[in-house]
Amino acid sequence: MTTPHVRKGTPPKVYVSVYAVLLALTGLTVAAARFDLGRFNLAIALAIAGTKALAVIVYFMHARSAGRLIWLFAGAGFFWLAILITLSLYDPLTRGWLPPPEW
Amino acid sequence: MNRPDDYLNADYSVSSWLLTTDHKRIAILYLLSITLFFFVGGAAAVLFRLELMTPPGDLVGPETYNKLFTMHGVVMVFLFLIPSIPAVLGNFLLPMMIGARDLAFPKLNLLSWYLFILGSAVATTAILMGGLDTGWTFYTPYSTMFAHTNVVTGVLGVFIVGFSSILTGLNFIVTTHKMRAPGLTWFRLPLFVWALYATSLIQVLATPVLGITLLLLVAERGLGIGIFDPAIGGDPLLFQHLFWFYSHPAVYIMILPGMGVVSEIITCFSRKRIFGYPFIAFSSLAIAALGFLVWGHHMFVSGQSAYAGMVFSILSFLVAIPSAIKVFNWTATLYRGSISWQTPMLYALGFIGLFTLGGMTGLVLATLAVDIHVHDTYFVVAHFHYIMVGGMVMAYLGGIHFWWPKMTGKLYSEWWGRVSAAVIFIGFNLTFFPQFVLGYLGMPRRYHAYPDEFQVLNVLSTAGASILGAGYLLPFVYLLLSLKYGRDAGRNPWQATGLEWRTPSPPPTENFARVPEVREEAYAYGAEEAP
Ligand SMILES: [Cu+2]
Repeated sequence: MTTPHVRKGTPPKVYVSVYAVLLALTGLTVAAARFDLGRFNLAIALAIAGTKALAVIVYFMHARSAGRLIWLFAGAGFFWLAILITLSLYDPLTRGWLPPPEW
Repeated sequence: MNRPDDYLNADYSVSSWLLTTDHKRIAILYLLSITLFFFVGGAAAVLFRLELMTPPGDLVGPETYNKLFTMHGVVMVFLFLIPSIPAVLGNFLLPMMIGARDLAFPKLNLLSWYLFILGSAVATTAILMGGLDTGWTFYTPYSTMFAHTNVVTGVLGVFIVGFSSILTGLNFIVTTHKMRAPGLTWFRLPLFVWALYATSLIQVLATPVLGITLLLLVAERGLGIGIFDPAIGGDPLLFQHLFWFYSHPAVYIMILPGMGVVSEIITCFSRKRIFGYPFIAFSSLAIAALGFLVWGHHMFVSGQSAYAGMVFSILSFLVAIPSAIKVFNWTATLYRGSISWQTPMLYALGFIGLFTLGGMTGLVLATLAVDIHVHDTYFVVAHFHYIMVGGMVMAYLGGIHFWWPKMTGKLYSEWWGRVSAAVIFIGFNLTFFPQFVLGYLGMPRRYHAYPDEFQVLNVLSTAGASILGAGYLLPFVYLLLSLKYGRDAGRNPWQATGLEWRTPSPPPTENFARVPEVREEAYAYGAEEAP
């Protein structure tokens, strides 16, 4: 059975340039680590990492030319990640609400 | 015509097995490997059950005891239960049930098996190097700061096995979407396929988190990177959140396929259409989805926020609904069916009773206040063994007996089959029911010694375990003997519906000479269905 959603013949040029962008972003991460930006350290590192992940998904994993079902499954992955993060955070964020009983 | 053209006789060379891409042969490879691990994990249980015959720690010391129950848990969960029904019966049956010639990615399927073998070899190495003593849950800070055993090796083995599980799940999802025979719409699929599909979703969505968690554990233990240890910036409960985000859904990896098997067997041996097909199908998906929202019920006494405890408690109760839907529908299928008591049916009925008891005691544990009392006692041990052994192992054996004639072309001794099902049922209950009582009376789990007043119940449990062990050896013997002495099964010894029964037994390598066309629903056992 053929898989119609894989776009045949993505030019190698595209892969090479995406790869170059990924390398550049890695360099940017290293460079950003040299400056102490306080609370923005984490935000910047995560933003760069997120951009790289997006590039990999869209180009290397062919999500750009993929059908709806593939997008549904990719979306499900992110949705489940959101479940993991929110329900886990629910614990530490509410841990202080109940004062410890006075024994 | 006796020309051997089936998958077993296609080629006898070793390489034809080790390099096969035939889903049926890969299923046999899994069957052989996990049977080995079942007996390895069982051997550890024999040793600690013997230790628990007497109150003082006289047979093994505390360190050895800890290593034994860790080995039992790790081997049984990761090397037997998780691959059991999906990798053996699922591999063998999914393509045949949907009228395909193989899975979507046959080479990936072989890679799954090799990853399983590699991971289990690494885990076995950890055992041979002296084992590890963290329990199968690898809780921090014990596993990162205090344990002096082979934690990293054992954890890496489990990490690798996880990839095998992910690839199998991925393969099944794509196969179910893309390879169905003409006319086989979603609502004509056998319920075993729905169950496998739901299981595969969990395998793909949850297992990566286990992998990440285990790597973080290794990063903290080996490199001192602060993830879980508050002294170096970690959160002490984070490990439990991440671990149970996988490991509670993993319980459903271990039970959903069993529910699928039971749906097939119940309807076949009641000679009736299954009651409430769409409810059973969707309850599999509901269990898979809800199963991701309840993990905090393992952490009620961990120091987790009281509000999180309440939310997780309520959500845990919700999972009982789709589970109960299944039990009600199976029972309704039995109602006025013409029931026959063949071996697979005995296992399936055993499953329903034992799973129900396991599930109901799960509600007891999901209740916040009661859990404070029974947390970390034998009540918990009894509860999850009713689900995993009383449920999944019963279903696995039921499925093996149901499809053995298809897999091998031979009929086993029906008399011995029924005897072993009865022995296993009795042995199981004698082993684990006393543990409910022990836990309720306050005996904590994971101790090698205990006060004198607990001895009677422990002796009962050990006696039950020896009956159970004998019960497990029986099928091992008579199924093997059936290969040599069994009568030929023919295509369809049970007169079951389903595409897999339309091909010869054992099936040819290509499964079907011609791809079948499906014109009717599953379970068209119609004739006896008249009011
Ligand atoms: Cu759980």
